[in-house]
Amino acid sequence: MTSTETTPSREAPIQPGDVLLSIENLRACVEENEILRGVSLQIRAGEIHALMGRNGSGKSTLSKVIAGHPAYTVTAGSIHYRGQDLLAFSPEERARSGVFLGFQYPVEIPGVSNLEFLRVSCNARRQHRGQEELDTFAFEDHVRETMAIVQMDPAFLERSVNEGFSGGEKKRNEVLQMALLEPLVAILDETDSGLDIDALRIVANGVKRLALPTTATLLITHYQRLLDAITPDFVHVMAEGRILRTGDKDLAMALEERGYDWIDETDGSDVRQP
Amino acid sequence: MSSATAVEALNKTPYRYGFVTNIETEKISKGLDESVVRLISTKKQEPDFMRQFRLKAYAQWQTMAEPDWAALRYPPLDYQDIVYYSAPRQKEQKASLEEVDPALLETFDKLGIPLSEQKRLGNVAVDAVFDSVSIATTYKQKLAEHGVVFCSMGEAIKDHSELVERYLGSVVPIGDNFFAALNSAVFSDGSFVYIPQGVQCPMELSTYFRINSDDAGQFERTLIIAEERASVSYLEGCTAPMFDTNQLHAAVVELVALDDASIKYSTVQNWYAGDENGKGGIYNFVTKRGLCKGRRSRISWTQVETGSAITWKYPGCVLRGRDSVGEFYSVALTNHHQQADTGTKMVHVGPGSRSTVISKGISSGHSANSYRGLVHMGPQARGARNFSQCDSMLIGDQAAANTHPYIQSRQPEATVEHEASTCNISEDQLFYLQSRGIEPEAAVSMLVSGFCRDVFNQLPMEFAAEADKLLALKLEGSVG
Repeated sequence: MTSTETTPSREAPIQPGDVLLSIENLRACVEENEILRGVSLQIRAGEIHALMGRNGSGKSTLSKVIAGHPAYTVTAGSIHYRGQDLLAFSPEERARSGVFLGFQYPVEIPGVSNLEFLRVSCNARRQHRGQEELDTFAFEDHVRETMAIVQMDPAFLERSVNEGFSGGEKKRNEVLQMALLEPLVAILDETDSGLDIDALRIVANGVKRLALPTTATLLITHYQRLLDAITPDFVHVMAEGRILRTGDKDLAMALEERGYDWIDETDGSDVRQP
Repeated sequence: MSSATAVEALNKTPYRYGFVTNIETEKISKGLDESVVRLISTKKQEPDFMRQFRLKAYAQWQTMAEPDWAALRYPPLDYQDIVYYSAPRQKEQKASLEEVDPALLETFDKLGIPLSEQKRLGNVAVDAVFDSVSIATTYKQKLAEHGVVFCSMGEAIKDHSELVERYLGSVVPIGDNFFAALNSAVFSDGSFVYIPQGVQCPMELSTYFRINSDDAGQFERTLIIAEERASVSYLEGCTAPMFDTNQLHAAVVELVALDDASIKYSTVQNWYAGDENGKGGIYNFVTKRGLCKGRRSRISWTQVETGSAITWKYPGCVLRGRDSVGEFYSVALTNHHQQADTGTKMVHVGPGSRSTVISKGISSGHSANSYRGLVHMGPQARGARNFSQCDSMLIGDQAAANTHPYIQSRQPEATVEHEASTCNISEDQLFYLQSRGIEPEAAVSMLVSGFCRDVFNQLPMEFAAEADKLLALKLEGSVG
């Protein structure tokens, strides 16, 4: 990836262990319904977190609030990203400064070429970092190299964004975007769901390659099988808009064995914050 | 930033071409009667057939009423309050560009249409029309080497009178409709193109229309003839200053394609559309029609409509030749209080004739955008086929989109297909693009441009990028 290294990033350097994302007692609602009821979470550089929980427990909402989706209103609490108030930023500012959300259901955009979309997006991030923007040719070289990470056929560049892509192709396109944007905090919302074994391995390898000592990853997932491929440092279990329990990879294994009911029955006294 | 606020403000877009050129003009006084028609003809030193053409048209026009079937609302037009002839005062015959008033050259420079030898566009010949008259045509010499005639209508009436007499009014008869009759009576200038047998026109031809006066109507007339196996691509562009009054533009365009000939006619229309409260702007009542006269002839209309307070326009094809082909590709963008009632007419006469209609309407602000299309299959049109696709995109919750398809078939072995869809710019699409670092404004214009892709692909290369930019410009401020 020679082309990306021509100009150094203007972004302040990060040391492993630096706090990247700090969420304090976050409450958020959509229309009148409160979905998040006091979420606290701290994520440091070099860490991989897994967020688990039943459907409707608030996992996806948390990811969308972090990315700035307009349908959600934050009613209390805070999110700080590298010490700054993230909630004051627009969604595009968040993305440019290094917060990435991999969508559970990536949107189709008819008529817009994937290549052009990826280029505009990549250049927005590069500009923010003080790197020179890539022209069509330089970008095409860059994106072709990057596509190898997710074993994607360059033919996908010519197609409209996500239009007619299979579920697995859409998810790979998300990981490709993540690779191009080089985020500092990557949140992947059920990137593993709907994938067959091969696609899962490809996606997991991609994510693993992109997880660096200076970046952090938050994996939202239902399944142990993703966590077999990527070992999380922390596992959180959400229920009814709160993080009920935090542990290490053993917690995910215990969940796989015993189901979420087991969490409901415990009193949460062994909750441990990283 | 919600998409609701995102959409509220589709406005504040500065109109780049709103300046007025201060130039001495020769205007006749307001109003219309037979003596005015005669005066125009005299001023243009026209042969008798032309004078008769005008007088006949005027007589017909007087018996006609303004059409009221379109989904358009505007106060009645006062035809006695319009100047029917306005020309920049300059030497009668301009032997070369050096004799053209520098103020005019500068005007076209500012519009991005340089006319002077050094700066003119690479492979595009331009006829520049200012108010009522053509002021210059570039590359005339080079085109003449190929036998291609490209000149103002005024010159054509003098120098190619036999062609004009034969074809003028042959596609759009003088009494075709109220506005066509008016145009036939008072048209002052326009462009004339003649491509001889077997010639592929070596460059793009283009006419640029500029309305400058605040009280003059513009009535131009365009005639394009492609002989057997000839082909040509022609582009029309237009702008006008910002006045808070409305100016009437009632043009007629006629295309004739003989056996195996093809004509591609593209329009990028950017008349002043009025301000965000709907004050001012051009009233655009235009009749455009192509006659696929010969076998396997082909006429293709591509239009990108972004301007005008009111658009009333249905470029169509009469598919008379066996196996002839008609196409209509349209993007119509309305904003603020603009109203557009536009579409096409595909009249299938010949057996095996085919037509394709792709229409993309984008309505934003308080605007109203109607597609009105006629597909007619005549009794001889055995095996004829039509496919129409009309897609509407709504931005915000104050705009309106309508589709009025009219399908008439007198031939059981003809096929007509019509598809229509309406969509909104979804919050999720907007958010997806934003979450990849793209500004909401750029995101909206990306979505709109994607929506119009099928049509933009039909534009000549040089202008596709222009059209993209124009839409982006028109959408500026669409997101807050």
